Amino acid sequence: MLFTDYSFIGFLAVVFVLYYALPKKCQWPFLLAASYVFYFIASPSYLIFIAATTVSTYLVSLKLDGLDAAQKTWIAEHKGQISREEKKEYKAGIKAKKWKWLLVCLFFNLGILAVLKYTNFTIANINGLLQAFHSDRQLSFLNLVLPMGISFYTFQTMGYIIDVYRGTSRAEKNLFKLALFVSFFPQLVQGPISRFNDLAKSLFEVHYFDPKVVSYGLYRILWGYFKKVVVADRILTAVNTVIQNPDTYQGGFVFVGMMFYAFELYADFTGGIDITIGIAQTMGITVTENFRRPYFSKNIKEYWKRWHITMGTWFTDYIFYPISVCKPMLKFSKFSRNTFGEKIGKRVPVYLSSFVVWFTTGIWHGASWNFIVWGLMNFVVIMISEELEPLYRKFHGRFHVKDKAWYGVFEIVRTVLLMSAIRMFDCYRDVPLTFRMFGNMFTHFDIRALNAEAFLGLGLTGADYLVLFICLIVILSVSIFEERKGSVRDMIFASGAAWKYIVFGVLMLAVIVFGAYGIGYDQSQFIYNQF
Amino acid sequence: MEPLMEILENLHPEIDFDTCDNLIDGGLIDSFDIVTIISEINEEYDVVIPAEEIVPENFNSAKALYALIQRLEDE
Amino acid sequence: MKKNIAKRTAALAGFLVVMLIVLYLLQKLLMPKYMSDIPEGAMVEEYYKETTDHEVLFVGDCEVYENFSPITLYEDYGITSYIRGSAQQLTWQSYYLLEDALRYETPKVVVFNVLAMKYNEPQSEAYNRMSIDGMKMSPSKIGAIQASMTEEEHMLDYIFPILRYHSRWSELSGEDVKYMFHKDQVSHNGYYMRVDVRPADGFPEPEKLSDYTLGDKAMAYLDKMRELCQEKGIELVLVKSPSLYPYWYDEWDEQICAYAETYGLDYFNYEKLAPEIGIDYNTDTYDAGLHLNLSGAEKLSRYFGAYLTENYDLTDYREDPEYAEVYAEKIRLYDEMREAQYKELEEYGEIISF
Repeated sequence: MLFTDYSFIGFLAVVFVLYYALPKKCQWPFLLAASYVFYFIASPSYLIFIAATTVSTYLVSLKLDGLDAAQKTWIAEHKGQISREEKKEYKAGIKAKKWKWLLVCLFFNLGILAVLKYTNFTIANINGLLQAFHSDRQLSFLNLVLPMGISFYTFQTMGYIIDVYRGTSRAEKNLFKLALFVSFFPQLVQGPISRFNDLAKSLFEVHYFDPKVVSYGLYRILWGYFKKVVVADRILTAVNTVIQNPDTYQGGFVFVGMMFYAFELYADFTGGIDITIGIAQTMGITVTENFRRPYFSKNIKEYWKRWHITMGTWFTDYIFYPISVCKPMLKFSKFSRNTFGEKIGKRVPVYLSSFVVWFTTGIWHGASWNFIVWGLMNFVVIMISEELEPLYRKFHGRFHVKDKAWYGVFEIVRTVLLMSAIRMFDCYRDVPLTFRMFGNMFTHFDIRALNAEAFLGLGLTGADYLVLFICLIVILSVSIFEERKGSVRDMIFASGAAWKYIVFGVLMLAVIVFGAYGIGYDQSQFIYNQF
Repeated sequence: MEPLMEILENLHPEIDFDTCDNLIDGGLIDSFDIVTIISEINEEYDVVIPAEEIVPENFNSAKALYALIQRLEDE
Repeated sequence: MKKNIAKRTAALAGFLVVMLIVLYLLQKLLMPKYMSDIPEGAMVEEYYKETTDHEVLFVGDCEVYENFSPITLYEDYGITSYIRGSAQQLTWQSYYLLEDALRYETPKVVVFNVLAMKYNEPQSEAYNRMSIDGMKMSPSKIGAIQASMTEEEHMLDYIFPILRYHSRWSELSGEDVKYMFHKDQVSHNGYYMRVDVRPADGFPEPEKLSDYTLGDKAMAYLDKMRELCQEKGIELVLVKSPSLYPYWYDEWDEQICAYAETYGLDYFNYEKLAPEIGIDYNTDTYDAGLHLNLSGAEKLSRYFGAYLTENYDLTDYREDPEYAEVYAEKIRLYDEMREAQYKELEEYGEIISF
């Protein structure tokens, strides 16, 4: 069941009505039931995996909680009778036990993900090595299918259990509540990766029907569908034509493909998240925002704070920081500073952790070298811009352009181009081809090749281009407004009762008429489905 | 407090750490800065700030950060 | 507070009504009109414009709507008949179109052309559309949709055709506006007239099939058709129209013969009787032997009309003033179109606008 299936919309309508019609104390249990029904319809045989992850996380979280409680009682009981050292020793013992349990949980859940997602990738690499050493032996691939949303819910539960271990989140005592947190259906398919502390309160609370909240949610859903169905699914045809025929589409068209993909991915992913957040909102539930107009970022670091935010903070909180501030790393930091000098030495450990983060980010996106190289390219760009920082400072000290509007635009364009170029790695078939096509973009650039006829050859009609252009203007205007003045929905709702109906109606008609859905259009999956 | 202020000012001379209380929430320092600060604090105070203490409340101001160091030294 | 809620509800209701009206109009606008191009697509809905009943109802594919002429049957025998046919109309579609027609009238004889029995699976979305979109909403239509959908199709796309045709916004023409609510007549009681001639010049030898058994789904719907007729006291007649292609295998013919014998039905293979009817594939076909032209259709209708009059208790409606009036107009349109087609043929050497 994709967001764009009729059956999903039907499912949604039923869930929505029942959610408000049922007795209030049934609200969250009903959502759990709905989520499992959703999962069952999508991939019945994989229900076992999400259930296993939920139960294992639940049991370990209780264990961790138990150990904390035991520590508290012990300390209370022995108050005044023990020395500081004894207390410290006891605490260390508990901590070691907790650490062991945490590892058990992480290994189990990450293990499921690793086996299902990376086995065939590993086999392919082993086969490649065998071939390189002229061995005739080849391992055969396993027939594995990835359970829906596994990368998302696995990361979400891992974040939760680490929070419980750290004591920053309480352990949920009700298995079914935890199960709902893991499987909440709107965000199951493609995130965001929620934190228990952020989601839990509104997820389990009782919600009464509030017309304003519901209509805000509906607006958000519709806006998501607009981006997804009218823009992303339409432009997808052209993107696929370009990237699947690298021999035909060279030079300038590599650039066109790159920019089209940037537009497509934006519309698809932010549209999908809008639908997710909107659905939750119609039921009074607040899901963390995942985007903050990322294409207005002025540098790559800012971009990663505004694009796929929940993933970025997840990697920062649960990988980057723990690696950076663990004792061995602090020791290495000292060593590095002594060896390479204060300035460079200080940065080496940060880069090391950053490397790990981007490698894992890459491989999390997909079990292929394309994604790994994509991740590492991000790392390289961040490192370079970090190293160039002093140079920038000098530049800005001399030329006072930083506050000029045109310089801001330049920075934005630069960042968009850079991120789009890096993203070519998730387009082309393999890594060498991507590098070749990147070079080709410059060496074979021919402005005359970019004519109307060639554009029509990409599978889009003139009318399609017109629609895309208008959508670009609309999305851009909305984004600029939101960047400068705030919520467009607030504005619409504040400007007279009729307007909220008119805008909604027009948007809905636009989706129905101009949407690239149904026979004749390829039903595209959300790009993030498989992750 | 002195050595901490020195660490911070070395990193971002343009920020007034005496008054600023939204270092994280205001996006003035980023994750790279935080790691650098932690590793220098480790050297200076011989205190390890664990990952779970990296929350905005502890890093939003120099004062909060110093309070954290003192708490950790105490334990 | 109460007033507020009432106001809000009214606003919401108003919004919904306006949306429904707009969507309805858009749907009317966006649906293909099948007027200047592929008129076969407009035939199914034309049936509902009929003001008089019919004693004979034909159901089937192009082998009925291009080969039998109800106007000729009326002119020569006073038989009132109608053809509920569409392009590549599958057996289950014929069944549901019959079921649909029986909601309005009960004929004495139903004639089914058996060529479609060779198909046992849904075939093509485009043909499904031509056969189903014209039907009025009814359980029969739902049944037809369910039986006909190919894997990529969806029920909702039929119930709300705007979901299917929305992408036509970029190819709308004046015709779409002109025919939004009212369409021109394209058929003569379901008969699609062509007066041009293209002699047959041989078809490739038929391929050998691995299995000649007619499919179970097709047979099941033939059963349903027979049972429905029986229940309503209607005589069912099976025919196979004269045409050289698509090839109608003897093995298939035997199965239909056996079926007709088992249930005591009449079955005529006019392909074999073509010489007796007087069909000449050099002059009586407009597409080299696939379908008959007007001359061929009239010959076949006269032959078939004689059989009908002889064997069934049919009324001669030429003597009924009410019918005579309706049919006078039908005959006028029939003659008019024939003349127009001949004129075009003379002018351009081919038929362009029909």
